[in-house]
Amino acid sequence: MTDAPAPALLLAIDSLAVDYRSGRTTVPAVRDVSLRIHRGEKVAVVGESGSGKSTTAQAVIQLLASNATITGGSVAFDGIDLVHATAKELRGIRGRRIGLVPQDPTVSLNPVTRIGAQVAEVLVVHRLASKADAARRAVEALREAGLANPEVQAQQYPHELSGGMRQRVLIALALIARPDLLIADEPTSALDVTVQRQILDHLDRLVAETGTSVLFITHDLGVAADRADRIVVLSDGRVVEEGTPDEVLRSPKHPYTKKLIAAAPSLQSAPALRALQIEARASANEEPETGDARADDVLVATSLVKEFPIPRTLGHGVTRAVDDVSFGIPRGGTLALVGESGSGKSTTARLALRLADVTSGTVTVDGDDVTSIRGSRLRAFRRRAQIVQQNPYAALNPRLSIGSIVSDPLAAFGEGSRATRKARAVELIDLVELPASVLKRRAAELSGGQRQRVAIARALALRPELLVLDEPVSALDVSVQAQILDLLAGLQAELGVSYLFISHDLAVVRQIADRVGVLRRGRLVELAPTAQVFDAPSSEYTKALLEAIPGQAVRV
Amino acid sequence: MIRYLGFRLLQAVGVLWAAWTVSFLVLYVLPGDPVKILIGPDASDVSPAQLAKLRHQLGLDQPLIVQYLHQLGNLLQGRFGTSIGSGRPVIDVVGEAIGPTVQIALFGLVLAVVFGGGLAFLATLTRFRRLGQFLLGLPPLGVSIPGFWFALLLIQWFSFGIPLFPAIGDQSASALVLPAITLALPTGATIAQLLSKSLVSTLREPYIDTAWAKGASRGRIHLRHALRNAALPALTVSGLIVGQLLSGTVVTETIFSRPGLGRVTATAVQQQDIPVVQGVVLFAATVFVLANLLVDLIYPLLDPRIVLTGSRRRLRKQLEAGLLAPLPDESAVPAPVSEGATR
Amino acid sequence: MSETTRLAPPAVEHGPDVFGATADDRFEDALAERQGAPGSRGPVFRFFAFLVRRPFLLGASVWILAVLVAAIAPGIFPTQDPLGGDPIDKLQGPNLGHWFGTDQLGRDLFARVLHGTGLTLGAALLAVGIGLVVGSVLGLLAGFVGSWVDTVVMRIADVLLAIPSLLLSLALITVLGFGTVHVAIAVGLASIATVARIMRSEVVRVRTSVYVEAAQASGNRWWRVLLVHVLPNSAGPVLVLAALEFGTAILAVSSLSFLGYGAQPPTPEWGSLVSTGRDFLRTAWWLTTAPGIVIALTVLSANRVSRALDTEGRRSR
Repeated sequence: MTDAPAPALLLAIDSLAVDYRSGRTTVPAVRDVSLRIHRGEKVAVVGESGSGKSTTAQAVIQLLASNATITGGSVAFDGIDLVHATAKELRGIRGRRIGLVPQDPTVSLNPVTRIGAQVAEVLVVHRLASKADAARRAVEALREAGLANPEVQAQQYPHELSGGMRQRVLIALALIARPDLLIADEPTSALDVTVQRQILDHLDRLVAETGTSVLFITHDLGVAADRADRIVVLSDGRVVEEGTPDEVLRSPKHPYTKKLIAAAPSLQSAPALRALQIEARASANEEPETGDARADDVLVATSLVKEFPIPRTLGHGVTRAVDDVSFGIPRGGTLALVGESGSGKSTTARLALRLADVTSGTVTVDGDDVTSIRGSRLRAFRRRAQIVQQNPYAALNPRLSIGSIVSDPLAAFGEGSRATRKARAVELIDLVELPASVLKRRAAELSGGQRQRVAIARALALRPELLVLDEPVSALDVSVQAQILDLLAGLQAELGVSYLFISHDLAVVRQIADRVGVLRRGRLVELAPTAQVFDAPSSEYTKALLEAIPGQAVRV
Repeated sequence: MIRYLGFRLLQAVGVLWAAWTVSFLVLYVLPGDPVKILIGPDASDVSPAQLAKLRHQLGLDQPLIVQYLHQLGNLLQGRFGTSIGSGRPVIDVVGEAIGPTVQIALFGLVLAVVFGGGLAFLATLTRFRRLGQFLLGLPPLGVSIPGFWFALLLIQWFSFGIPLFPAIGDQSASALVLPAITLALPTGATIAQLLSKSLVSTLREPYIDTAWAKGASRGRIHLRHALRNAALPALTVSGLIVGQLLSGTVVTETIFSRPGLGRVTATAVQQQDIPVVQGVVLFAATVFVLANLLVDLIYPLLDPRIVLTGSRRRLRKQLEAGLLAPLPDESAVPAPVSEGATR
Repeated sequence: MSETTRLAPPAVEHGPDVFGATADDRFEDALAERQGAPGSRGPVFRFFAFLVRRPFLLGASVWILAVLVAAIAPGIFPTQDPLGGDPIDKLQGPNLGHWFGTDQLGRDLFARVLHGTGLTLGAALLAVGIGLVVGSVLGLLAGFVGSWVDTVVMRIADVLLAIPSLLLSLALITVLGFGTVHVAIAVGLASIATVARIMRSEVVRVRTSVYVEAAQASGNRWWRVLLVHVLPNSAGPVLVLAALEFGTAILAVSSLSFLGYGAQPPTPEWGSLVSTGRDFLRTAWWLTTAPGIVIALTVLSANRVSRALDTEGRRSR
């Protein structure tokens, strides 16, 4: 910004306090948050789940959840007190002066109304245009938002568009009335990283052209650093740090910010973790790594193919979810498979574990073909390979105690007596660094990170050689992610267990993998040692993925 | 479209055949001697020889499968059998009864949709939490009140108390009112429960937040965005609603002494008139199938996500499963937003 | 790059990870953490505190309990002879001596309603039992075995659902004959399809859940998956349904009795009490009103309890 006279103040949040009612008690969600946005300024609010970042945004547009109340402070938008504004005043501001891009584009459009009408509705409710004129301008707004065929898409329904296209529609909708302020609430966290980048780039261009101010809510420090003029870090409902991206990332003052930066995988150039890991394995494993399968790999997959029948509604035939994929998992090491949604990475994991049957190809473990074993041989294989699933909130039987969950695999194999199983459960819970007191609790009483630790303990109960980790941290906040990744690395060093690590996030993978495979639309486009993938990727797609990793503008 | 329609009609015929087969199995295979049932309580007066003769006449001495095929053959030629009570063809007995029943059923349906739907809409629209809770407390009451008692209450109040409507008979249009209200109560309450449940969950959808963020008014959001989306799943149970109306006529017509299908059914059961009962069951199944067919044809016009194919069936099953599940606690009622944060 | 993914299955289309899908869960985690440990009172205390905060539910539970006691041991309540009465007392309105008034033969209506409870409730419980046992087994079979078993069972259920349940009950009564037990059997058989369908959808939901996949991957045999992981998690909704069906069965049984297919006079039964009171509608309103209210309250209470079970079940899921 040049040295023009200081731009006018647009939004002033002062000592905002919001409470949530939860059962009989109230829980503070936002405390004493103050925030200023000037005209043309882009401010990012960063924080983890429950930090109050979304609540703050909702308070600005007065769309708080029904169990939330503003208990103190003020929100002034261009001099108007939004907290005490009447319904009519708020209606005049929403959509017209403050636009909102919501979190999840897949569910944020009315499924039974045409796209064009939904965008035009903003103009209609504010009487900014006649019906015909509004429809025309909606098409124009869709074009501006980067849709290729706006005339066609205006006539379509939301389910006919992809997630990325829907987010563009929502951007068009938010900007069509040329608002002074745009609130973007995690606008791309439900989208693939490459799509996320395209959309954020486009959004940046649009707000720059129109001079709109932006309040950008995100959990990703990297995204915030790339996109904002100023970053505000929230923790536990309070502002803990504020400054330009450079100030916040290079010289954070608050310990929480430091922790957050340390935990963010995308901001780490030379992960300490990996160093530790390599060190641990250095003595056992001296040969230089290549991506190809080797003789002593614990599991080798050769030319895996998985076809699914296309739903009858969409015609006949099959889709190939996995197409000729081959890889080996190094003994005591980690192979990571990375891909965006629909790349077939989770299906591949299930094929390797025999949770799904291959259409063709083979899976061998220590030279034994396990591709089509059944009965007792399959059960014997289950002992050797276990899974940790993506969503810890759904992965634990809600009726069982944690103790029973952890020892369930032992019970399934009739291993040991009740007492020895109990002892083993205590051991396992200790291994994943949880207090023994959780053994008596139910899953619902634990947090997501704790639940994922329980899932890991369960997977380790039978002392398997191989763990398939299907996006084990993607449902978790970044600081919890880091803890779980630490734990996994520690366990590998301690137990020598091998990992097949499935992830959509290259940055996460960098910390933990020895080899990385990149999947795209069911095909393996890259398979090489981790360093090589990051330093000298061979495929264009891998390069695009690497470039899309946020936080490159400011590297620590 | 034509092909789809043909397929669906074929499917409907299949369901009817199956329903008829079920009624055949129930009525002829379950323990109980059809002949004795046919003759009624005076069976002891009939000599074994006469019984055997009757059995032969009715073809009941033949193997079951032969009887089944024989009856099915008759059915396909439009012969539905003869009423044992009156000796008239079943098709006449049932056919004559349809008219008066349709009158009160349609009237009742209109009342149920208007009042049930209106109540659900109002209960979710209102800003006053107490009013909303009060309104949502009514439908559970409506489904719990036994229809036969409610009918008597209506007579007590509006025929004897304030003589507004006749208690019995079918002479005038005003005689339609009380029977129709009786039918409408459980049906309307069911509609209100389904629709309010659906509205409550629809109003929590993120696209409703998007609409608020556009600056749309409360009325517009409830009417234009929530109602249509919420009504769609409720529509899928219209077959059950029609069935409920039909069952209701048995009690209603008996109490109000009106002619009609319900009365015919009650009499037929009383006289153990198997052919008539079978005819009524087949008619009810036909109405159910037609109602579902109609809904299936309308649905794609209302919901662009639905294409006319087999997958429709699956989606519908899911929607129904969701709706038929018991209703949520009143804590599920959306808390009205405080006036300051008026949405 | 085209972003159109119209041909992709929906599961593939939705986001790259579950970060968005689990946002609410994480938010609750954060709130729970800030809220501190939940009250450390015992489960019994919490149960009563829960009830006290819901007066309607408390009332419904008390009512159901009272009705159950009346069904098993009507003698516990202060009561008069339900069958004998003094004609001098005939058609008295509700008063201190006769809470519900008396009928045309001078019999105490309260006593008759009280002693009718056993018959009505017994029939309803028998009906629910039949429907629940047969329906659950069929639904479980269909949901867990899948393939053709599923198809056959569910097609049959579809057909049964095409016939309104009251008509189906009536058809069954035509064959089985009159009497309370027959009415109960007829009502029970007519509810099988509904139960089977809900049980099946519940089993399918649990069977495809993430934790059941985990149980399979842990090497559990199918029967252990079924017994330890699927059944306990599908049973809740069936319990909810049982309470709901109980109310429905009371309505159906009393309707059929009202129509004269159930208990025959002078045996007291809720539906037939209303039916006999009909003749005195103009002069003795209490004869229909008192049993009518009792039926309505019982059904309402059963529904309320069912709803509470449902909400609690969902919360613990």
